Amino acid sequence: MTETILDLAEITLRELNQTLQNSANGAFRVTNPRGAHAVAAGLHTDVEVHIDGSVGYYCAGMHQVGTVRVEGNASTGLAENIMSGKVHITGSATMSAGATGNGGLVVIEGNSGARCGISMKGVDIVVGGNVGHMSAFMGQAGNLVVLGDAANDLGDSLYEANIFVRGKVASLGADCIEKEMRAEHVETLTRLLAEAGMDADPADFTRFGSARELYNFHVDDIDAELAARSTGA
Amino acid sequence: MCGIVGLFLKTEKYRHELGLHTAAMLHEMRGRGLDSAGFAVYDPAREGHTRLTLLSEGREFDWSPTAAALETALNAEVTVRQILDHAVFETTGDGRAARQWIIDNVPEVDVLSHGRQIELYKSVGDPDLVASRYDLASRTGTHAIAHTRMATESAVTTNGSHPFVTGADTCLVHNGSLSNHNQLRKKLVQQGESFQTENDSEVAAGYLSWRLREGDTIDEALHGALRDLDGFYTFAIGVENGFAILRDPIACKPAVVAETDDWVAMSSEYRAIAMLPDVAHASVFEPDPGRIYSWSLAA
Repeated sequence: MTETILDLAEITLRELNQTLQNSANGAFRVTNPRGAHAVAAGLHTDVEVHIDGSVGYYCAGMHQVGTVRVEGNASTGLAENIMSGKVHITGSATMSAGATGNGGLVVIEGNSGARCGISMKGVDIVVGGNVGHMSAFMGQAGNLVVLGDAANDLGDSLYEANIFVRGKVASLGADCIEKEMRAEHVETLTRLLAEAGMDADPADFTRFGSARELYNFHVDDIDAELAARSTGA
Repeated sequence: MCGIVGLFLKTEKYRHELGLHTAAMLHEMRGRGLDSAGFAVYDPAREGHTRLTLLSEGREFDWSPTAAALETALNAEVTVRQILDHAVFETTGDGRAARQWIIDNVPEVDVLSHGRQIELYKSVGDPDLVASRYDLASRTGTHAIAHTRMATESAVTTNGSHPFVTGADTCLVHNGSLSNHNQLRKKLVQQGESFQTENDSEVAAGYLSWRLREGDTIDEALHGALRDLDGFYTFAIGVENGFAILRDPIACKPAVVAETDDWVAMSSEYRAIAMLPDVAHASVFEPDPGRIYSWSLAA
């Protein structure tokens, strides 16, 4: 497949994104991104985009389908709201990578900053390094795999997403607990590590998930509550 | 939203181009705030001299009578360099005494900075215009911090523009908003600090000023800030011979740092760093929340 070069030193960001969004398929190489925002955002066809260098905010944001690979770092909101397809960066991402993602795979070879996978709704995220505080905050579905360490309040207010961590966890957030690693979890983790191209042994990981205490109705002292009701107090 | 940049030159290599690179960084942060801008550059004064940057906002001002009177008061030589509504006084006399004398005797003038290295310029308007008006690009020196402001907590005025001075050769730029600034301002006034605006960032500067005056090191003062300031912030702080960064523990406000053998650069966004020389070989990272980073020249 021949590759079309799109040089951000020569064309505007709008021209770049219009070219990508108007292509039914094909391979593209983006040069000189120089930290620009919203590079390759809103892709909705099965294109393959290779970005040579670091990008700014919301790279591959609202990603519906296709593949984006960044040779470098990414700032806030990498692949936010990804629906399917794959976004892979060789460097590190700052805050809120993969936020609210519904599906697809996000691979970060380096570290990810705070709130990685916040409100994830089905996306799979694999981080080669560490994740920042409040990662997977309010996660609803999907898997967050961390080969390094997790900072404070991991999985705070988690619904049903799975979190796998190989390194240390500084602290767990409210309602997030360590859980048993069953056969189906090992299978999922093995598949995700392979898809992400990460060399790690699933046996070295710990699984975390929701205790399901926070989002169910729960009265601390039911006797006192009933007594109060019967006396009309 | 505001944009902040800082550039600290560890070696001689780019010191003749400090302003050029700082202006390019500031330009990239225009999109984060077009209300006002300001910059502080650190370039040592002649041996035994102190500098004061003075502002006579929006007025023609004849600085020579002030300089002459100050010479008499200090019993020391005072030279004047005027740049539009700013002036830089350089003196062999006591810098603190000079600052206090101007505050007491020339109330229509603001003392923007004082110290052995710092010069500070600020104005309302497009950051590119502010940079060119005060000729940032031609500045030499060891380090600089700069700011583009999108005002949220107080009016768009020159006095509400950053950087804010926190003492001799010390200043601060801020991206964020503090929620306990009114309460803290009252406490600081009781401690003897004075404030010129309703601005929240000025309170952060006043806080550091108070801590430094009480004998804290910059690291100790920033540890105190982590405890006593409530709100969102990324700070870049310029000090004599050095440069520091602090983000609040929640870290909603962005920051990125790049470091090579020759320089350390920080900014709200990577694009302000992307065109610095040799950036391809820089180590690039996001500063951790609630952690103090500082760099200084070997004394």
